[in-house]
Amino acid sequence: MFHSETGVFKTSYAADMALFPLPVARWAIAGLAALFVGVVPLMFTPYLMTLLNLVLIAVVGAIGLGILTGYTGQISIGHGGFMSVGAYTAANLIVRLGLPFWLAIPAGGLMAALIGIVVGIPSLRIKGIYLAVATLASQFIIEWTINHVTWISGGIEASIQVPPPSVFGWKLQSPVQLYFFLLFFAVLAIVATLNLMRSRIGRAFIAIRDQDIAAEIIGIDIFRYKLYAFAISSFYAGVTGVLYTYYLGIANYEQFGIDVSINYLAMIIIGGLGSVLGAVLGAAFITILPEATRLFLTDFGGALFSPDTIRRLVPNLTLILFGGLIIFFLIVEPEGLNRLWRNIRNYFRFWPFSY
Amino acid sequence: MATNAIEAIAGERRRVQLAVSGVSKHFGGLCAVEDVSLSVAAGSITSIIGPNGAGKTSLLNMISGVYKPDTGTITLEGRDITRARPSEVAALGVARTFQNIALFGGMTVLDNIMLGRHVRMKSGILSSVIYWGLAQREEVAHRARVEELIEFLQLQDLRKQPTSALAYGLRKRVELGRALALDPKVLLLDEPMGGMNQEEKEDMARYILDVNGAWGTTIILIEHDMAVVMDISDRVAVFDRGRKIADGTPGEVQRDRAVIAAYLGTRQERAEAAE
Repeated sequence: MFHSETGVFKTSYAADMALFPLPVARWAIAGLAALFVGVVPLMFTPYLMTLLNLVLIAVVGAIGLGILTGYTGQISIGHGGFMSVGAYTAANLIVRLGLPFWLAIPAGGLMAALIGIVVGIPSLRIKGIYLAVATLASQFIIEWTINHVTWISGGIEASIQVPPPSVFGWKLQSPVQLYFFLLFFAVLAIVATLNLMRSRIGRAFIAIRDQDIAAEIIGIDIFRYKLYAFAISSFYAGVTGVLYTYYLGIANYEQFGIDVSINYLAMIIIGGLGSVLGAVLGAAFITILPEATRLFLTDFGGALFSPDTIRRLVPNLTLILFGGLIIFFLIVEPEGLNRLWRNIRNYFRFWPFSY
Repeated sequence: MATNAIEAIAGERRRVQLAVSGVSKHFGGLCAVEDVSLSVAAGSITSIIGPNGAGKTSLLNMISGVYKPDTGTITLEGRDITRARPSEVAALGVARTFQNIALFGGMTVLDNIMLGRHVRMKSGILSSVIYWGLAQREEVAHRARVEELIEFLQLQDLRKQPTSALAYGLRKRVELGRALALDPKVLLLDEPMGGMNQEEKEDMARYILDVNGAWGTTIILIEHDMAVVMDISDRVAVFDRGRKIADGTPGEVQRDRAVIAAYLGTRQERAEAAE
């Protein structure tokens, strides 16, 4: 908590450019690791584990969308489509060729990246809201294609059942087993993105977002880098789709509709655009919100409403909260949850000598 | 022997590095640049002056590849860059700053200047994602060069400040730093002293002369402050309504009739205006 720089001296550029330059941050990371690996799986009920697993899957997808929309400034309303590309690619490979998860996951990601590049090509010419509409079109084209081409969708109700992932012969089926599986990929996504964004490629992404002409003048090939952003972002989306498929045991395009695309946009807006931590916080927030609303109303709403009303109220109230929160964050704190966290942290930056 | 060596160096300095020949650019009916030729010697400081709308910035835009000329050619060290994209021109060693500062506002001074190193760095997606190893070594090595520039431009205390929070003159200096980070052969400066006070102008002029002196960088600048232009330039090119009307040493240009007419009007126009 005490994110204090007081008394920390760096003696090399490498130390100054480290991911967590402050000792307290490194301790905090160690603490978090211990919490999530040791304490959480022991303390949480299966229901809470299930919820946490959904958060971990959303983390991967939200970080991926954050790279494209938050860091590079290219809006995508088609990420649900990329997720279904990953999901069906992996499901087909798993079922037809019996691929293990460590091949199926990158394969799903790569196929989504390929489709993402194709969708990203118009970004050379069109920007902002027009690009958003182009990606929206891709969402529907992908949905339609999967739904109508039985070779991809497997025919019966466009869904493919997949066996659970197996690690060294262990089949991962319980929420706790899947939790460690998903945690691994969420952490991998976080670390990879933090690294990407602090090196040459990530800086180029931000430059394109902030000033595209200046970015080109200093030697960034804008078109190529926009395609990189689309490729990387849809790779994450594809992996999200595969993880979701493993988690549900079934690939189904209805799980990746337009509402999913918008949900993910809500995650990165509420979490804070252009920040990995923001994407993580947003993913957790948006995933937990409907469940929290439901639990809160069933526990405390009884005094005001009949159980029947509550059942009908919950989905609508979730939507109202959703819309309200997005408006709230856009107006009051456009930099999202991440900014709130930074405000707290900066207060302690020069603690105890802040003045 | 010694004189030969000196002459050889002098000859090297006179070598044409950037040649613009017969370049025109029209925007619809508007003729921004009309049949302009300009040859810039390696290691020289060339100023482009002229009234607003004379086509000065358009010419820089064509050199750096933002606009493609309708006719004519532009060569850098004998290599045709007329149709090259801005990123390709940058990779060949042409850097520039903008009239109305174009920094990356959300980034720190350090990151802005690091971005100037982009074309000198190589890390791809995979090595960036892994970071530890290749990408880290590269980042640290280039950070050392960036720190030299930060020291040169006296920005040490601002390195972790976001550039959007800086004062105008400082932002101009950061933008110069970002351009210098490319290790440019040719540096294009679009009104580097625009909107500055006398002291800031003197600082900027000193930086420009230092860059030219220390690294032999060829400099082309657009500037309105005649005192500065006449002081620091080896050559001055005067533009008016899209055409180059004069080109020579500062002394020659100051005596040129066409230049005087463009800036002060002809005797007849002055008489008309006085009535």
